[in-house]
Amino acid sequence: MKPDDTLFRREAARLLATLTRAFGVENLALAEDVVQETLAKAFEAWSYNGVPPHYSALLARAAKNRALDIFRRERTARKFAPDVRRLIESEWTLRPALDAMFLPDALKDDELRMMFTCCHPRLGEDVQVALVLHLLCALGVDEIASAFLVSPAAMEKRLSRGKKLLADSGHLFELTAADFLPRLSAVHRALYLLFSEGYHGASALAVVREDLCWDAMRLVRLLVDHAPAATPATYALAALMWLLAARLPARIDDAGNLKDLFEQDRSLWDEELLAEGTRLLEQSASGEVLTEYHVEAGIAGMHATAGNAHETRWGDIVELYDVLMRIRPSPVVALNRCMAIAQHQGPAKGLEAVRGIEGASRLAAYPFYPAVLGELELRRGRTEAARGHFEEARRLARNDGERRFLDHRIEGCARKALS
Amino acid sequence: MNEFVFLWRRPQRPPKTPQQMQETMEKYLAWFKDMEARGHLAQFGQPLEPKTGRVVKDKGGNFSDGPYAETKDIVMGYSLIAAKDFDEAVALTKGHPIFDEGGVIEIRPILKL
Repeated sequence: MKPDDTLFRREAARLLATLTRAFGVENLALAEDVVQETLAKAFEAWSYNGVPPHYSALLARAAKNRALDIFRRERTARKFAPDVRRLIESEWTLRPALDAMFLPDALKDDELRMMFTCCHPRLGEDVQVALVLHLLCALGVDEIASAFLVSPAAMEKRLSRGKKLLADSGHLFELTAADFLPRLSAVHRALYLLFSEGYHGASALAVVREDLCWDAMRLVRLLVDHAPAATPATYALAALMWLLAARLPARIDDAGNLKDLFEQDRSLWDEELLAEGTRLLEQSASGEVLTEYHVEAGIAGMHATAGNAHETRWGDIVELYDVLMRIRPSPVVALNRCMAIAQHQGPAKGLEAVRGIEGASRLAAYPFYPAVLGELELRRGRTEAARGHFEEARRLARNDGERRFLDHRIEGCARKALS
Repeated sequence: MNEFVFLWRRPQRPPKTPQQMQETMEKYLAWFKDMEARGHLAQFGQPLEPKTGRVVKDKGGNFSDGPYAETKDIVMGYSLIAAKDFDEAVALTKGHPIFDEGGVIEIRPILKL
């Protein structure tokens, strides 16, 4: 996994989860203030000779002491939930209660609780993902807005809508609740979307986007480590993320150019991540429910074990895409299926499949729709048609990486036409 | 070699997000590391509590809060830097991250007889 350049974010998320439990979710804003203050102090102190070895414990203690002060000061002035109020009534209960809350194991459960709370069924998936990024990955409004290519004002609105609903709901999700499993599915979905945004997203900054992938992996790891949440679907989702993340080093070359699966130098794929992904994939193979994560991880696993595009078992991959289309059909999945068909049976069959995609109008703004058409036409030797599609894709491209990628394709067509 | 106190003066406004805090901190650390490597770091010094301070006014112990409350560039800490002369001390501040935060550096030589 990546080194510690997200230390402040990780600690902020941990503290926020615990402080929110201490103060009650209706006092989320207060918890956020305390986190900000605690970290600001640490920032001042550590800017001299670095982060001390026991930083996590130091931060927890500092946050706990702030919480103690606040409880003493605002015991009566502020509205606390009944169970919190009982604990803070006297010094005899306050101190031990807070000590227990800030133990390392408790901290971990708090993050899980927060994660499940963010995926409240009354919130749209876009709001859930934004909340996960804000509350569990401690990304600022502007940072999230830039990752999703929306204005900071719009993201602010999305987040405050979500936070208001959480505050109004009056309590954090309990990990022993009867609706644990349905909520777990929502969590899977949110983490999947978070990872995908990092992997395929529109933001121009590769660094911002990779961070989203690592964040999603950190959170799915929390699920894997918490027995009731470690279902086959959780393992499958984790496997998918690890197997895809292994390809990250090969996706962008030294010149900053995007490389598709066929052009990637597979020797750059991260072997440790691949091995862990494969292990997770094996662990996912139990139970009776086949989820979309199983299928997608299965596809990623086939690519991982193939030495190159020619050695890949495309027929099997087409079959997996067929299954995926039954479980969770989408135009993007359909498009990927067409590419696999083209690999398996040739570009003409691939094109035929593209034309047969239902709901292709939903792909109208998706640059890789015309890009796939271009790719397949090019393989058939119809350079002029291919070039038209690539130019269309170039118009739809969402960032410089994509534009450069398509410029190369257009140039390639021009060269072919001349020769 | 002479020693200079560097007073770190800047608005009491930490970076907004945890990520920005981390990135800014790393820039500060990089500067210290560079000073250390080049033999200019006499002492790291200390950060100072930003929001409180007292100015004692007389023998009776009367004091007022501050004086920092309204000051834009309050002293957020100090470090001790070794340099040949003022010119070198000033040159060493080049690229220091405090300027990106709207801060300034006050340099005071340690008095010598």
